[in-house]
Amino acid sequence: MTTSTTHTAVVSLPSDTQILITRDFNAPRHLVYRAHVEPDLIKRWWAGERGQVDSAEVDLRVGGRWRYVMTAHEGFEVAFHGEYREIVPDERIVCTEVFEGVPDGDLDPALCTYTLTDLGGRTRLTVLTEVSSRQVRDMILDSGMDSGMQEGMDALERVAQSLA
Amino acid sequence: MARAATTTDAFNAVAEPRRRQILDLLAGGSRPVNELVQALGIPQPLVSKHLRVLREVGLVQVHDRGRQRVYRLDGEPLRSIYEWVRRYEQTWNARYDLLDTVLDELQHPDRASGQHEGEAS
Repeated sequence: MTTSTTHTAVVSLPSDTQILITRDFNAPRHLVYRAHVEPDLIKRWWAGERGQVDSAEVDLRVGGRWRYVMTAHEGFEVAFHGEYREIVPDERIVCTEVFEGVPDGDLDPALCTYTLTDLGGRTRLTVLTEVSSRQVRDMILDSGMDSGMQEGMDALERVAQSLA
Repeated sequence: MARAATTTDAFNAVAEPRRRQILDLLAGGSRPVNELVQALGIPQPLVSKHLRVLREVGLVQVHDRGRQRVYRLDGEPLRSIYEWVRRYEQTWNARYDLLDTVLDELQHPDRASGQHEGEAS
């Protein structure tokens, strides 16, 4: 990875059981932090292009739970939840993450570490997701595949509509 | 995505940091083994072991130049990995593009003008 600013999320795979996302934001660190812990702000970005966030619950304390629910454009519901393990305001959040579409997901949660680095007014965010096996990691990456394709379709549809 | 579970898989081969380092070095041009050994600062048998894994998955090719064995990078086996991970990246890019807007409005409340009400509905 170069040292230049990237406004594109860069995904790398440091090991068979890890996914690392890196993204720079043109905003101070405390705001990037707020956007990750305040429900009203989370709701505005977490669904991406896939749908709409219906609820974001955040009990921001060690041992506290979080849960996000979104409705995808296709109509189905997608929910994630987890538990906060470590909280360093403006700097670092460590939490578990469970996709509720997987049976018994709570038995084998992913561990996510959000790290915010001050770049002098700008902020570098890294999200390290650690899972128990390569199979689980591949499943997570495959889920990106589905939504990525969906986004491609959506974009195509918008283009088609703009031509009409 | 179904893949072989052994080192016959480019995806697995690049999980090892030393092997990624070798690929980085070869991305700058073909090199003989002794140059790789020097650049990496690890024993030659270890370098050879990594090179063998990389050869098995087709990420490097070897040919003789005089008395030297020269290694060359072949990026083709990485293409499917790249495509696969890139789609996951797109999901996050879509999220973070929205987050950019949120952050921009937090810094410049005057610009918000209730725009996000429309986005959220």
